[in-house]
Amino acid sequence: MSIEPQYFGKALSRVDGHAKVTGEAKYAAEFNSQDLLFGYIINSTITRGKIKRINPEKATALKGVIKVFTHENRDSTAWLNIKYADMDAPPGIPFKPLHNEEIKFNGQPVALVVAESFELARYAATLVDISYEVDSHETNLQSNISIARKPKKGLASIFKPAPPKPKGNAEKAFKNSAITASGKFVHGMEHHNPLEMFASTVVYEKDGKLTIYDKTQGAVNSQLYVANVFGKAFKKVRVISPFVGGAFGSGLRPQYQLFLAVMASLDLKRSVRVSMNRHQMFSFGHRPATVQNTRFGIDNNGRIQSLYHDAIGETSRYEDYSENVVNWANLIYPSKNVELDYKLVPLDVASPLDMRAPGGVTGLHPIECTIDELAYKAKIDPVEFRLLNYSDHDDSSGKPYSSKELKECFRQAGEKFGWEKRNPEPRSMVREGKLIGWGMAAGIWEALQLPARAEALLRADGKLIVSSATADIGTGTYTIMSQIAADCMGMSIDNVEFCLGDSDLPFAPVQGGSFTAATIGMAVQAACLGLQGRIIKQAKKIRPELFNIVNLEDLEFGGESLRLKGKSDISLLLSDIVASTGKKEMKSRNTGLPHVLKQRKYNRSAHSAVFVEVEVDEELGLVKVSRIVSAIAAGKIINPKTARSQILGGMVWGISKALHEESIMDHRIGKIMNSNLGEYHIPVNADIHDLEVIFVPEEDSIVNNLQIKGIGEIGIVGVPPAIANAIFHATGKRIYDLPVTLDKVMR
Amino acid sequence: MTPFNYLLAKDADEASALSISNTKAKFLAGGTNLIDLMKENVTRPDTLIDINKLAAFKSITEHEDGGLRLGALVKNADTAYDDRIQKRYPLLSQAILAGASAQLRNMASNGGNLLQRTRCYYFYDTATPCNKREPGTGCSALGGYNRIHAILGTSENCIAVFPSDMCVALAALGARINTHCVQGGRTIAFADFHRLPGDTPDIDNNLRTGELITSIDLPAESFNSHYSYLKLRDRTSYAFALVSVATALSLEGGLITDARLALGGLAHKPWRNTQAEDFLKNKEPNAKNFSDAADIILQEARGYEYNTFKIELAKRAIIRNGLTAANLQKL
Repeated sequence: MSIEPQYFGKALSRVDGHAKVTGEAKYAAEFNSQDLLFGYIINSTITRGKIKRINPEKATALKGVIKVFTHENRDSTAWLNIKYADMDAPPGIPFKPLHNEEIKFNGQPVALVVAESFELARYAATLVDISYEVDSHETNLQSNISIARKPKKGLASIFKPAPPKPKGNAEKAFKNSAITASGKFVHGMEHHNPLEMFASTVVYEKDGKLTIYDKTQGAVNSQLYVANVFGKAFKKVRVISPFVGGAFGSGLRPQYQLFLAVMASLDLKRSVRVSMNRHQMFSFGHRPATVQNTRFGIDNNGRIQSLYHDAIGETSRYEDYSENVVNWANLIYPSKNVELDYKLVPLDVASPLDMRAPGGVTGLHPIECTIDELAYKAKIDPVEFRLLNYSDHDDSSGKPYSSKELKECFRQAGEKFGWEKRNPEPRSMVREGKLIGWGMAAGIWEALQLPARAEALLRADGKLIVSSATADIGTGTYTIMSQIAADCMGMSIDNVEFCLGDSDLPFAPVQGGSFTAATIGMAVQAACLGLQGRIIKQAKKIRPELFNIVNLEDLEFGGESLRLKGKSDISLLLSDIVASTGKKEMKSRNTGLPHVLKQRKYNRSAHSAVFVEVEVDEELGLVKVSRIVSAIAAGKIINPKTARSQILGGMVWGISKALHEESIMDHRIGKIMNSNLGEYHIPVNADIHDLEVIFVPEEDSIVNNLQIKGIGEIGIVGVPPAIANAIFHATGKRIYDLPVTLDKVMR
Repeated sequence: MTPFNYLLAKDADEASALSISNTKAKFLAGGTNLIDLMKENVTRPDTLIDINKLAAFKSITEHEDGGLRLGALVKNADTAYDDRIQKRYPLLSQAILAGASAQLRNMASNGGNLLQRTRCYYFYDTATPCNKREPGTGCSALGGYNRIHAILGTSENCIAVFPSDMCVALAALGARINTHCVQGGRTIAFADFHRLPGDTPDIDNNLRTGELITSIDLPAESFNSHYSYLKLRDRTSYAFALVSVATALSLEGGLITDARLALGGLAHKPWRNTQAEDFLKNKEPNAKNFSDAADIILQEARGYEYNTFKIELAKRAIIRNGLTAANLQKL
């Protein structure tokens, strides 16, 4: 009904960019309230055992220290475990802060010091005397592999399905294969380190209502949690989170500072802020350590005969956090014989938590490195090998792909990279005394859409306000939703405002899983269509002579007006239509629902091809990623500028995962020792060189009307294996464990 | 962070006297390490004596012996980018710029650089035993995660490394440290400034109570023809050295007439071995000779569970950096 899109597909700058670079954009710890109190969290220094005694006397003796909260003096909260389960809770019993004397992991919050200033609370926290009864602990995944078991199933399993049943006989087919490759791959833990650390500012309103500024990927999720845990009515809890300084999955669950801030606020009937420090960012959800094995086999023609992939991940003793690590191989590569296995080892650690491309970036590294090894052994170019084993359907389910331009990704990225100039022989390419390696890998991530609601509200002054309780964790939600709404209503984007991050707004699920663009995009479109219906109805009412006679198909929204197609003189300004109602606004609230019946017949996934060049100084073990070209096929791209930023971020993190990043635990203590940005190494500018992003457009009427797939995860998944494969090409050495640090490279 | 008093010293005598009258006081210059340590509760001074107003220590001047005198309060960045330093002591400039980040170098002072403390994980973590932080409690790094730790000059009480890059170059150049104290100032040879851990790992250097670094003297011999600083680490910037090497050579007729080799990231102080330097004299600057010199330096090296790779890495770094200093191979 609307005219050709004016904004969809355009590289617009972020609509919130100005607010962000000028500091106008406020984050959870920056909202103020009169008489605000400050809470400082004390964390357990032991890994397992019991708190024997907490003596806060020295702290409370200080003027300005209000209270030290512990498990002994906190008010009671909900009795039922289920009340603590948020939208992203894995099967098990969620961690309850200050619940009792039991210590389940190192860094567990054990007390909250509330004082009149942050500095005072921080100092007072050093004076609280805590003694523990220490029990022995287990934190080492590799030394506990023998106790691995199947994960428990729960609601979260819907998004993280267990591995499919074995197909054929993978073991036998492996033995009978002409050529085989296998490997054991070990990944360490990684912790969430977005720039903004977790914080909650709880404003205690006069009527006992709480207005909470929280760092979260879902304002509704935090609202649900607070209302359930503290027994408050939903309308008495409002969670606001307009800006999020990066989250990457860390904000999919309410973090413990939210519980502590609300607890203190309700007890003291005062407004309270609790913010975490960088060390505390290492005391909750993380990407779990994993140990994986692959055994792949091919026939004499290079066709895959057998795929075996198992993974064992760590989880806490109280929740079974699981990931889809192993379900990918048979999605990408057809094989008659497949066996996939996924198990967990419960340890004395905090529950792991989704981190960008959870499971996918973990599993694709072994898969794509083993495929690379097979290609070498078969003396087939790695791209050719993937084309030889290419499939237009998902071989694990037999369903066709709704769209899959992976071949075109290989072609375009390979061409841009100059792959045809590659000498396939390892150690054959040298430049200025350094070994040069060219490696590649494919990537995949699912394209999901969930139900969500949105509201479109048109004011008599001609402004369109569109809203949904979703989040913008830096991904560009504000911008792309403004684009979709402006196009739908035929309006200038300058007249459109998108509101998010507020639990008062229409329901939206947490932002994650690369599903927000499709999920909220479809809800925004539904709300705009709903609004259009009301506008047309009103137009017919006030100008029946113009609009009553025409069919809906003859109408269009454009130029801030409702008009007759091809007859621009027959047109009504949208603002006039609103004004004619005698009210200030017209609005519509609608639900965007995935077309499940249509979608279920297809596998819906985004794909990528990643080509990497490394320079290796073999003697000193130094690896420099000098170039990456990544081609992405993810449906239609709403905004190539914000989309490119998303993919670049994924590529940088891919470099980080391959070469730098790892939480280092001293298993004697059960504690992460490098819990700061000086020692927890992520790449710096000097580590990042040429990064190129290509978007290969796809037509896909199955995924959703907007034909979008989501790009939050697809940028990272193929990068670590492509780097590892490039290092092999440079050195002739397969390094299976990440990160690849210099001590692993030096010959 | 524990509350503290703040005093602004008007001159060096006052600063020194204040320090002598209160042993729990610390001098504050750039604060890039001290403030971190205070936030982590590792260091809890009851008073900070701010010496940033001491104008006498804020310049780089010519010294009568033909060298340069670096004021203790000159910022690391201003030192590294100073024309005279870049022309005459490029090794020092290179080493400084290999350290920290631009922002930190803008704040950090030359005197403070000498006094920075180890980045050993356990030293920073007040919940774990550490002889450097709390003498007598034990060394957690010995049986712990010790990938970044020392392989030379260690003791059973401490295997921490001294983190500075700048000091590795100063050690190679044979700098001298001038101090002021109301009880009398002195000049300390660089090699005598920092200490090995021994039984007292809590004491990093030989400064006395009330003694204030005023300047660092660079000798006239600047090695500005044949020099190189090589730093190996887990990322290209903003990471401490796993191994670093400062090499300075004098060459005549294809032979080494003078050699300086200082190592960082391997010991509790910048590591120099004059025996290895003497070995190189009158020899050709080739891989074999640098390798032999490395063997002399590393013969007493001892690896721990996670850092044994440093022994071989240090050897390769010494060879590579020697060839680079001699202009025979790029870094």
